[in-house]
Amino acid sequence: MGEYYFHLDQLTVGYNGKPLIDQIQVGIHKGEIVTLIGPNGSGKSTILKSITRQLKILGGKVLYEENDLHKLSYKELSTRIAVVLTERMRPELMTCHDIVATGRYPYTGRLGILSREDENKVDEAMRIVHAEELGSRDFNAISDGQRQRVLLARAICQEPEIIVLDEPTSFLDIRHKLELLSILRSMAKEKGITVIMSLHEIDLAQKIADQILCVKGDHVCYYGTPEQIFEEQTIRELYGIENGFYDPRFGSIELPKVEGEPEVFVIAGCGRGIPIYRKLQKDNIPFATGILYTNDVDYQLARLLAARVITEEPFCQITQEHLREAIKVMENCKKVICADVPIGECNKGLEELIRAAKKRM
Amino acid sequence: MKKRKEALQGATDFHYENFLRRSRYTSVFLVLLAAFCVITVLNINTGNVDISIPKILKIIFLREGNKMEYNIIWKIRLPRILMAAILGGALSLSGFLLQTFFENPIAGPFVLGISSGAKMVVALTMIYFLGRFQVVSSYTLIIAAFIGSLIATGFILLVSRRINHMATLLVAGIMIGYICSAVTDFVVTFAEDSDIVNLHGWSQGSFSGMNWSNVKVAAVVIGVTILITFFMSKPIGAYQLGEAYAQSMGVNIRFFRIMLILTSSVLSACVTAFAGPISFVGIAVPYLVKRSLGTSRPLIVIPATFLGGGVFCMMCDLIARMAFAPLELNISTVTSIFGAPVVIFMMLHRKKGN
Repeated sequence: MGEYYFHLDQLTVGYNGKPLIDQIQVGIHKGEIVTLIGPNGSGKSTILKSITRQLKILGGKVLYEENDLHKLSYKELSTRIAVVLTERMRPELMTCHDIVATGRYPYTGRLGILSREDENKVDEAMRIVHAEELGSRDFNAISDGQRQRVLLARAICQEPEIIVLDEPTSFLDIRHKLELLSILRSMAKEKGITVIMSLHEIDLAQKIADQILCVKGDHVCYYGTPEQIFEEQTIRELYGIENGFYDPRFGSIELPKVEGEPEVFVIAGCGRGIPIYRKLQKDNIPFATGILYTNDVDYQLARLLAARVITEEPFCQITQEHLREAIKVMENCKKVICADVPIGECNKGLEELIRAAKKRM
Repeated sequence: MKKRKEALQGATDFHYENFLRRSRYTSVFLVLLAAFCVITVLNINTGNVDISIPKILKIIFLREGNKMEYNIIWKIRLPRILMAAILGGALSLSGFLLQTFFENPIAGPFVLGISSGAKMVVALTMIYFLGRFQVVSSYTLIIAAFIGSLIATGFILLVSRRINHMATLLVAGIMIGYICSAVTDFVVTFAEDSDIVNLHGWSQGSFSGMNWSNVKVAAVVIGVTILITFFMSKPIGAYQLGEAYAQSMGVNIRFFRIMLILTSSVLSACVTAFAGPISFVGIAVPYLVKRSLGTSRPLIVIPATFLGGGVFCMMCDLIARMAFAPLELNISTVTSIFGAPVVIFMMLHRKKGN
């Protein structure tokens, strides 16, 4: 058990003495990024609050370098763990520089006056998050993206070994999301700072996290690397997705397919089908498509959106059997759309399909 | 001077910014100090008996002059002025601490009913002690006021734990204020004649009738409390970001909250014990001071609020004495006239800000 840097051992967490999640067993190595995912209200924040001692733990232990975290004093804790919280704060008359400087709290003297060294650390933290120009701005007058960066700078300036963030990317647009996560990534990998955070965006979680903790209501359902966790079925269960799809390979989300007998047949391949699939999906028209190699990008979307997909093994010539099947399906459709598919040696069979389509006209 | 210029040129914008801020703080303090001096002189100078400034200086520094003028200054005006300054400062600071505690800029000892709670217990104690022993010591009154403050604060805390909503909190405070005032009025009505004279003036709020022993007691109690508060400015600064952040920075929240409640209660209890309840100072002064300083940094705001509160109350007391002389107004009447509009402005401004 001793090999972990930060270890949740049989941890039970909850509010007001009522356990919410129990038996949490998680081991974290130094410099790892651990992401908590799960539906709203599933207890991600409760876990984060418990490991930062804002909530009393109801059972088990949190071990930090084999010390019981709940036996450290608040002061000792403050030089090890820094937080970025979701609660919106509205500090009065404080500039961003002031906010970042509060991170130096554990290191300043009795009256909290910043030394030159402290000032330099503040400047450096602002530089790391690219917020130098915000220094003299009022904290209440900046955008959400800037605010998150300033709060992250505050945490960095506290020189912690672990940073805990509660949904740091909510309210941010895509550019700021990426910026924030890449800062975290480099902090973890270059400075060995362990990052523990909750994220709403499972696609981002998959891309940034070394370990993922899936929290679902009353229990932790999975803990492991993104490759272990991101199976279509796992995500479906975790979030209880009944309408739509989540494609774990690319982290993309799709609305449910239009059910029913296919009305349109799309001759597609090589990614030419994707815009057509999307359009048909939006117009609520069930469609069939083919003949797609199972390694074609079109196939990745078609399998989620099309009512019927006729496929072929990768790198093989199209067999007569599949061709006949495609023609049969096509004959039952009212319309045929032929995307501009390049035809080469292998997929010569498509020419015959196109001829069949033309004959119908 | 030259050195400073060079240092400034070499520094980044931040540090130039810092320099600007420091100059601003310094000028605010200088203005407050100047106002303090002017109002002190005005206060000593004016009254039913006019005494010229050279005479005043002679009486204060050389301790010579005619007997009557000497007595007016040393026995009546000086203690009253000092008391107005000390208690005004204490009241403002108490307001600042309560605003920090409740994370609410409109919190203050008067609106939260804390002054009224203190008033009630003081009235009960006065009647009891005057009826039995004919005297009450200042310390007894302070302790009574302190107990009253804690009772009212305790009640507010109970309410705030259930409903943490700004408006609800204020309504609860105002209700507590009314209940305590009703009890006080009830007790005063049935008190013996000799007590009433004493109680009535006091329960309306006034700086009149202060003597040197009052000043000493108030100075010691408030002085110590302010010193403690000043050394709490670091955790107060952390607490301004919210409880969770403060804790993550290493503040022992439970201990800190208790200290905030105790210090703010001692301060407002002292004021109530000596001068009765005084309205709006606790909200208006911290707000004005923070705005003029352009910061809410406790290390600077705490002394400035104390000084500002002193100046504000001395000015209000001067007006209370002189506006309709020889009639004297309640101090609360004057502080309300100046303080209430500030509070209304604050609320409107806040709405806009959101």
